[in-house]
Amino acid sequence: MRTYLDFEKSIAELESKVEELRSLETNGNAVSVADEIAALQVKARKALKETYAKLTPWQKTQVARHPDRPHSIDYVESLFEEFTPLAGDRCFAEDHAIIGGLARFRGRPVVVIGQEKGTDTQSRIVHNFGMARPEGYRKAIRLMTMAEKFQLPVVTFVDTPGAYPGVGAEERGQAEAIARSIERCMSLSVPIIAIVIGEGGSGGAIAIASANSVLMLEHAIYSVASPEAAASILWRDSNRAKDAATNMKITAKDLDELGVLDIIVEEPVGGAHRDRDAALQSIGDQLARTLESFEGQSAQEIRRHRRDKFLEMGVAQ
Amino acid sequence: MNWINKLVRPKISRILRKREMPDNLWVKCPETGQMIYFKDLQANQFVVPSSNYHMRMDSAARLKALFDEGEYESIEFPEVSPDPLKFRDERRYTERLKDARSKTGMQDALLAGRGLLDGLGIVAAVQDFRFLGGSLGRAAGDAVITAMRAAVDDKVPFILFAASGGARMQEGILSLMQMPRTTIAVQELAEAHLPYIVVFTNPTTGGVTASYAMLGDVHIAEPGALIGFAGPRVIEQTIREKLPLNFQRSEYLLEHGMIDMVVHRHELRGTLSRLCRMMMNEPMGDRPSIEAVETPSVQIDGDDAGAPPPHTQITEANNVGHGDDDGAHDLPADAERDDSGERFRVPPETD
Repeated sequence: MRTYLDFEKSIAELESKVEELRSLETNGNAVSVADEIAALQVKARKALKETYAKLTPWQKTQVARHPDRPHSIDYVESLFEEFTPLAGDRCFAEDHAIIGGLARFRGRPVVVIGQEKGTDTQSRIVHNFGMARPEGYRKAIRLMTMAEKFQLPVVTFVDTPGAYPGVGAEERGQAEAIARSIERCMSLSVPIIAIVIGEGGSGGAIAIASANSVLMLEHAIYSVASPEAAASILWRDSNRAKDAATNMKITAKDLDELGVLDIIVEEPVGGAHRDRDAALQSIGDQLARTLESFEGQSAQEIRRHRRDKFLEMGVAQ
Repeated sequence: MNWINKLVRPKISRILRKREMPDNLWVKCPETGQMIYFKDLQANQFVVPSSNYHMRMDSAARLKALFDEGEYESIEFPEVSPDPLKFRDERRYTERLKDARSKTGMQDALLAGRGLLDGLGIVAAVQDFRFLGGSLGRAAGDAVITAMRAAVDDKVPFILFAASGGARMQEGILSLMQMPRTTIAVQELAEAHLPYIVVFTNPTTGGVTASYAMLGDVHIAEPGALIGFAGPRVIEQTIREKLPLNFQRSEYLLEHGMIDMVVHRHELRGTLSRLCRMMMNEPMGDRPSIEAVETPSVQIDGDDAGAPPPHTQITEANNVGHGDDDGAHDLPADAERDDSGERFRVPPETD
């Protein structure tokens, strides 16, 4: 069963009609149904294309959070070979909200780090809905330091509503962990590429997205605070998340105009969840091109590039 | 005629003045509720004498209190275009900015100066909570970078007085980008082997804590300051439990290893001077390492200059949860919690 979002109602109706006719067809009915199915499919596809061509920021938020959308684990498993997960921050715990380890990307070894939300109730709880505690960021720091040591590029997948707000997280220095993670990103002598695949939420996201290149999927969102949190700050009403999403410029197109992104990666018609393979493939190809662009650059050049990029950011706006 | 000038005139003007600002002369201690005469408070660096409650200090007063003889050279910041997102919530962001500017006389939420501390050259920057909750936007981000680079140019220590509700929502993603941006300047300080000391004041939360403020060589906090990433309300809502006593307060952070020391405001200068001198490999300073606390001079008949401007720290005591300009940053409601006692609505999600 496909999960439809509230604004996909007309598409859902068309597609369920197609399904209905198909079941008639398999029951051995008239030939004329095939034509009708084809016509409906064309119609459904057109509706899908039109809807997704003009998604509002709030609709994009829903797409970015779509339960069937590919997550970090999907990208890591399909785009990388020999993924060897590494665990723990060597201080306190293993945080499943951030996965990471050594892997090969099209043959070359890299360090990969990703925020994972989980796909069903059980795995969502294990991964804490992609909300990392300090241990998660400290693990990321540890892995980045390893990348530095072995001169391997770092690839991060960003997909988090934000860092976890809890007593333990604060006690163990959530702010410090994020600050150090940003610092680690900024001081790396190897290229770091961040890919915003779903939700780039706040400090929890920038902790692993302070990168040489930031790629973002067409329907992903990236913001200073989740629309709900922003709404409760701005209007003291989290129910106004839609207004916050609209005003805060959180879509890939908006962020590109603000000079925050390097590359927008197009999604298949109807979003990454409609055609996961295609989405994975285009991320893979774009990542390959991006990694290539840093080949042969010295440690100093790579660091300089990252610093200059962030220092210039927003100056022209 | 002399006695008329000396006695009658001030009395008349005092009577007139009283009518104009009856609210501002007395300040209530947020902790004990005790009323304190404003000038006593001012003379005591805004520490309530009886309870030792550290009230907020505005940025100009802070710089004056820090530098030798209160003298320093202001550091100019680059101008940024005001409203990249053309943002409005209930009001336009440009209007909010205009209000904050006229209320504080500041261009944005940070002031910085270069001068001497106990004879040693330093650069200091102070975040001002009065300016849209001390929120971090592009102007403040650029100011942090400029001030840190001034220290690098001068080859002197950099001292930050942190105070912020977090990122400035109205500047969206560009405000988030100040976290990596400011981190670059912190690294430049480190590369130049210059001390970077952070003094956490009440409150410091959100994106500021999660970037440059937590990257100091030494972390000092004033007593009772709220310091954290997420605000207490957000956390309470998430875990649906009562928070531990003193949660996210300076003393709590000290216990959990996040800061080096909790220092009374009257002893800050001495502590900072001592640290900077050792880190810079300089001989001991002239002053005693811990300064004698000046007793507040009770000068009720002082001159007009002592009268508080209409926008002083008094918001803390009088303007309980006015909610006008504090909707700018990550966690304003929480930051205000103890001072105002007001319970705000809570973000359901993470920061």
